[in-house]
Amino acid sequence: MRRAVLLLAAMMGLAGPALAADTVNPKADFKAFRDYFTQRFPNVPLNDFVNGPYSMDADLRKQWVEIDAFPPYQFALDKGKQMFETPFKNGKTYGDCFANKGIGVRQNYPYFDTKSGEVITLDVALNQCRAANGEAPLDYTKDDMAALTAYMAYTSRGKPFDIKIPDDPRALAAYRKGEEYFYTRRGQLNFSCASCHVQSAGDHIRTEVLAPALGIVAALPIYRSEWGGMGTTSRRLVTCNSQVRGVPLKPEDELYRDVEFYLSYMSNGLPISGPGARP
Amino acid sequence: MRIRACIGLAIFFSAAALAAAAASADDFKTAFAKATAAEAAAGVLKNQWTTTAAELKAAQKAAEAGNFDEAVKHAEAAEALANASIAQAKEQAAEWQHAVIR
Repeated sequence: MRRAVLLLAAMMGLAGPALAADTVNPKADFKAFRDYFTQRFPNVPLNDFVNGPYSMDADLRKQWVEIDAFPPYQFALDKGKQMFETPFKNGKTYGDCFANKGIGVRQNYPYFDTKSGEVITLDVALNQCRAANGEAPLDYTKDDMAALTAYMAYTSRGKPFDIKIPDDPRALAAYRKGEEYFYTRRGQLNFSCASCHVQSAGDHIRTEVLAPALGIVAALPIYRSEWGGMGTTSRRLVTCNSQVRGVPLKPEDELYRDVEFYLSYMSNGLPISGPGARP
Repeated sequence: MRIRACIGLAIFFSAAALAAAAASADDFKTAFAKATAAEAAAGVLKNQWTTTAAELKAAQKAAEAGNFDEAVKHAEAAEALANASIAQAKEQAAEWQHAVIR
């Protein structure tokens, strides 16, 4: 009998770590994630993480401050505002699809939609709005979508991320898939998102400084000098995949939305800073 | 006479050896089918590599130009890359958890 109890205890002991690893605990993840970055970069004020590479490198920051006197994303903001306020053919506007007429709501995206059982990003919500009003969808990687999301981010600047994970196993599964995608190595170069933005945050990759994962979504969409234009979240993820020689997913693929959900939840409490400008 | 016969035989055997080494259209089809099957399996795992696609494209281009040696070489490289991406996906299915910040 005693042997049986010991055997059972030993089996439970073996099973313990595996079970712990499989348990989804966003609150614990959030704390560990935040502690990791704040302890690794103790001189960076918490809210400054949203400024990505500029929070890591003083010289780069000086350049950014000067560049921001004449923001390179200004043309996108102007275009986005005009698009946002221009009525559809049926007379309605984007504002009619969103809470508070779409002003100052960026911090609530993405959210988990309990009706469809999927993560809805701001970009997807904008195309849903267009579809509901009889308009053709916008390309998730192109300038029009970048302009609209830039304007909506701008009206939300300073508002803290407020991503909620509803008490729904599908929402936890989406969070979990996003986390898995973030940490999974892929492409011929065998890199994960975390390889650059966790393990190598603040390091140089050629001339660039790698942004920390904490707050990395707050500045999106971004103007990138490398691109010579604006880029949406989709463009950023597609480019990341290609750079490690992985075939990218389709823009706004379920997994991309899940990883944005995961990273945005990790950024809860940090202020929206988009649209951003990056080298 | 003897020398001529020897040269003739040498030419014959060299030609035969070359014919054996040169890949045929069928060789290419076989290699390409194996590579595309492996690439499709990587696609199911959502883990294809851009370099695999590039090798497949190069294989097709070489085959269209009638260069089957080159075409087979690229198809075999594509298959090897696709299999590596499959192995990566299978390994990472559990391994990713070890990288998570805890």
